[in-house]
Amino acid sequence: MPLPPPTPSASGIVPEPRRTGVELTVNGERYVHTGDPDMPLLWWLRDVLRLTGAKYGCGVGACGACTVLIDGKPARACLTPVLAARGRNVTTVEGLADPLGRLHPVQRAWIDEDVPQCGYCQAGQLLAAAELLARKPQPSDADIDAIPNLCRCGTYPRIRRAIRRAAAIASGEAP
Amino acid sequence: MSAGSGFTRRGFLRVLAVTGGALVVGIPARAWAQQDGREDLAILGDSWTALNAFVRVEPNGRVIIGARTPDMGQGTRTSLPRIIADEMDADWAQVTVTPLPLGVEDDQGTPRWLYGPQSAGGSTSIPDAWRDLRQAGAAARWLLVQAAAARTGLPPDQLRTEAGWVITPDARRLGYGELAADAGKLSLPDAGVALKSPQAYRLIGQAARGVDVPAIVTGQQKFGYDHYWGDGLIAMIVRCPYFDGELDHLDAGAALAIEGVEQVLPLPAMPAGTLLGRGPLGAGVAVLARDTWSALKGRAALDVRWKSRSGGTASTTALEGQAERVLKGAATTLVRRNGDFAHAFRTAARRIQAQYTVPFVAHATMEPQNCLVRIDPDRAYLMAATQTPRSAFDVVRQITGLDAGQISIEMPRIGGGFGRRLDNDYVAEAVLLAKAVGKPIKLQWTREDDLGHDVYRPFGVHALAAGVDRKGHIVAWRQHLASTSKLWRRGVPDDRLWTSELYPDDPPAGMVANLELAWFALDFPLPRGNWRAPGHTANAFAVQSFLDEIAHATRQDPLRLRLALLGAPRLLPYASHGGPTLDTGRLANVLQLAAQRIGWSSRAPAGRGRGLACHFTFGGYVAHAFEVSVSGGKLAIHRAVAAADVGRVIDPNGVDAQISGGTLDALSTALNLAITVRDGAVVQQNFPDYPLARMAEMPREVEVIQVPSQADPAGAGEMGVPSAAPALANAIFAATGVRLRRMPFKPGIARIG
Ligand code: FES
Ligand code: FES
Repeated sequence: MPLPPPTPSASGIVPEPRRTGVELTVNGERYVHTGDPDMPLLWWLRDVLRLTGAKYGCGVGACGACTVLIDGKPARACLTPVLAARGRNVTTVEGLADPLGRLHPVQRAWIDEDVPQCGYCQAGQLLAAAELLARKPQPSDADIDAIPNLCRCGTYPRIRRAIRRAAAIASGEAP
Repeated sequence: MSAGSGFTRRGFLRVLAVTGGALVVGIPARAWAQQDGREDLAILGDSWTALNAFVRVEPNGRVIIGARTPDMGQGTRTSLPRIIADEMDADWAQVTVTPLPLGVEDDQGTPRWLYGPQSAGGSTSIPDAWRDLRQAGAAARWLLVQAAAARTGLPPDQLRTEAGWVITPDARRLGYGELAADAGKLSLPDAGVALKSPQAYRLIGQAARGVDVPAIVTGQQKFGYDHYWGDGLIAMIVRCPYFDGELDHLDAGAALAIEGVEQVLPLPAMPAGTLLGRGPLGAGVAVLARDTWSALKGRAALDVRWKSRSGGTASTTALEGQAERVLKGAATTLVRRNGDFAHAFRTAARRIQAQYTVPFVAHATMEPQNCLVRIDPDRAYLMAATQTPRSAFDVVRQITGLDAGQISIEMPRIGGGFGRRLDNDYVAEAVLLAKAVGKPIKLQWTREDDLGHDVYRPFGVHALAAGVDRKGHIVAWRQHLASTSKLWRRGVPDDRLWTSELYPDDPPAGMVANLELAWFALDFPLPRGNWRAPGHTANAFAVQSFLDEIAHATRQDPLRLRLALLGAPRLLPYASHGGPTLDTGRLANVLQLAAQRIGWSSRAPAGRGRGLACHFTFGGYVAHAFEVSVSGGKLAIHRAVAAADVGRVIDPNGVDAQISGGTLDALSTALNLAITVRDGAVVQQNFPDYPLARMAEMPREVEVIQVPSQADPAGAGEMGVPSAAPALANAIFAATGVRLRRMPFKPGIARIG
C-alpha cells in the first residue's frame, strides 16, 4: 500500500518525503526495498542484498532450495513478493548463527555429520530443520519425513541423522 | 609401491620457485598422457605467483594445496588434496585447500595444460590423482627432508617426517615452515622421488569432512549462480520448445519497455553438424537485464512464436512403436557373439524371454546451468560451472579466436553434475551473448530451461532371451537393445554409435558359452548425453532383472544362480572404461556381503520381500540388496544395503556419501522419473511433473559396506547407481509376485494395490 504523501506543516516547512519503499528486517538488519514490490524475496535477497545463501532451484515452490524463515515460519522466497514480507523478520542461512557468530545446533550437526554433497539444497534444508526443531524439539521419524525439501544428491539419510544430533545438541545431551 | 613409479620419463617434478620463503611444487604430465596418445604435458605449475601450483608451504607452516578438479558434490576438493597432504606428511589441520582454475598457458599457439586432467566425469578424478598427485606430495616432502638434512648435517635417510615436522633421530623437530625457504632452493632428482609405503598412510583411508562444509552451512559458499560481476547483465533465454525449431515471430517491444531490461537478442538455431559445447545450439531469444526479476518479467513479456521445421510430430509413444518394429528386423551392429545362440536356445530345456524399457531421463542438477563471461578485446574471463573446463576453453577459442594465454576459466563449486556439465552448451551461449553485448554477462537457466533442454539419458528397449539346461545352467544368452545412442550428433561415425549403449564385456559375457549382443539404432531428435554411470544404468537393470526372472522360472535361488554364473574368481578381459579386466571374485564378494547383511539366508518378515543385484562399473564393484513391501499401491523400502569394492578407499566418509547418494539417485529415478515427448517437444516442465523423490519416499538409511582393498582406487561417483534399480525391482517381485519391467516403477507399483 502506498503511504500518504507528506503534508506541509503549519510552519510551511515541507518535511523530507517519507520513504515509500517496503521496510523489512533481514537477519536483524532493517532494509527498505524501493524497487518493484512484487519482486520475489529470493531475487531481492540475491541480486540486491547479495545474500546468496537462499538458492534458486525451481521458482515454483516445489524444491525448497529458496527456503527462508519469515517470523520463524518457513517460506518459499521464490514465490513470496518482497511486499508480503513488509514489517516482518526474514532469516536466511546467513543469519542462522546467533549475533555472536555461534553456530545454530543444526549447523553444528550438519558439520559433524558432514551432510552436504554438492551443498546447493542445504541452506533450505537447514532452515527447514531449524524450524522443525523450534516447533518440535524431539521430532519423530514421521516429522522428519514431512520435510518436503528436495535433495538431488540424496543426502536424506544424513539429514535425518543430523536433525537427531541437532536435537541432542539443543537439549544438552550432545556437545 | 616402487620409487617414482610411472614417472620415469623426462621432466618430473621440479621446484618451481621460492618467493617470500614459500616452497612451491608442481608436477608434470601424467604418464598415461603419452600412452593414450593424448597431449604430452610440460612441467606444471610454473605460474607460482598466482598460487597455482599444487603445493605451497608458507614460512608460518601453513600448507596450501590446490584442488584441480571442480567439486560438484563428489568431494574432490577434499579427497585430492588429502592424497597430496598424506604423501608429504602435512598436518591436515594446517592445510588450506584452494580450488585451482583451469591451468593453461599459450605455447606458441597451442595450449599447454598446467595441472594434468581437470575434468570431473567417469569417476576418474581419484584414479587420475592416484597416478600423478601423490608425486606432488612426495616431492614436497623430499625437498623438506633434504633441507633439514643440510641444516642438521644428518643424512636424509635418518630423518623422518610427521604431521608437518621433520624429526631427527634424537627427536629434534624442524617445522616445515622454517624449512620451506631452504627447500625451495633445491632441485629434484631426475628419477623422481619415492612414494610412501601404504602402511605409512595417515590420511588416506581415514574419514574426512568436506573442506567446504562450514562455508556451505553458513551460506558463505559461492556456487556459480551466486557470483556477480560488477556491471554485468543477467541473461535469460526463452527457448524454442522444438528440437529442430526456429523463430517464427518476435516482437520485443513490451519486453524492452520493462524497467531494467536492456536488450533482447535472438539466437538463431545452428545448422545440424555444428559441434559447439555439445552439438548445435537450439534457437532462442535472450533477454538481458539489470537483475533477475527484470529478466524474468522481460521473458514473460516477449511476444514470440516458434515453428518446427519437421512439423513437430516427434513423440516418445511413437518411439516405443519404432523400437518394437526395429527389434523385429536386422541389427544395426552385432556387438558380440560367442558360440551359437540360436542353436543353444532352440535346444535348451527352458527358454525364457523378457523385455525391459528404460525412458529418457533428465539430469535436473539442483543448481541450474549458469555461466559468467566477460570478454575484453584481448581477454576472456569465465566463471564456468562445468565438469569439463578444457572443453569450455575450446568453446571460448572457437567463438572468440583468442589465444590460449588470453583465456581464464575459474570453476566455482557446482550444485550437482551427474554428467550434465560434461557438455558446455550453456557456456557457448554465455560466450556468444557476452561477445554480442559487449558487457559481462551472467547466464542463468531456469528449471524449465533445464528440464526441457537437457542432454537426456537415452531411451532403450532391451529384449532378453536365455536358454537354461536341465541342471539350471544358463547355456544361451541374448540381449538385443534398441536405443537412441548417446553419441548421436557428436561427431561419432554411425558404426560406432553402439559403443555408448552396450558394453561387450559386461557380465554375463565371458560366462555363457552361447551369447549374442546386438544393437538396433533408433532415430529420434531429442539430444542425448551422459547421465551418471551412462549405459550401465540401463544394462544393469535389464540384465540383473532378467537373471532374477531366470532364477524364479527355474526355481533357483537368485543369489546362487548369480554366484554360479560368476564362477571361480578370475580375471576376465574388459575392454570398456574400467578395464582392462573384470575380477569375478570381487563381484561375487560384494554380492555375498550385501546378501549376508540383508539376511538373505533367513526368511523376510511377513509381507516383505528381498531382492539383490550386482554390477561392475568403471572399475568398481557394487551390489545392492533391499527389503521392501507394497501396500495400498505404496512402496516402503524398509532396508537398503550397498556393498562396494572400489579399490583403495581414500576417504571412507566420501565413499559412503557417494554410494549412499548414488543409491538414492537410482531409486528416485527408477521410481518416479521419465522425460516424455509429445508434438515435438518435451512434456515435463518443472519438479511438479518431474518429481525427484522426497525424504519420505526414500529409505531412512543406506547401510554401506566398504570392502578393504589394496587395489588402485577406482573412484566412487557412479558405482552406486546401476545395481540399485534392478535390486529394487527384484525385491518388489519377491514381496508381491509382480515383475516391473518398465521404468519408472511408480505406475506399476500403484497397480499392485
Ligand atoms: S526455488 Fe523456491 S521452492 Fe524451488
Ligand atoms: S546436496 Fe546436492 S542437492 Fe542436496
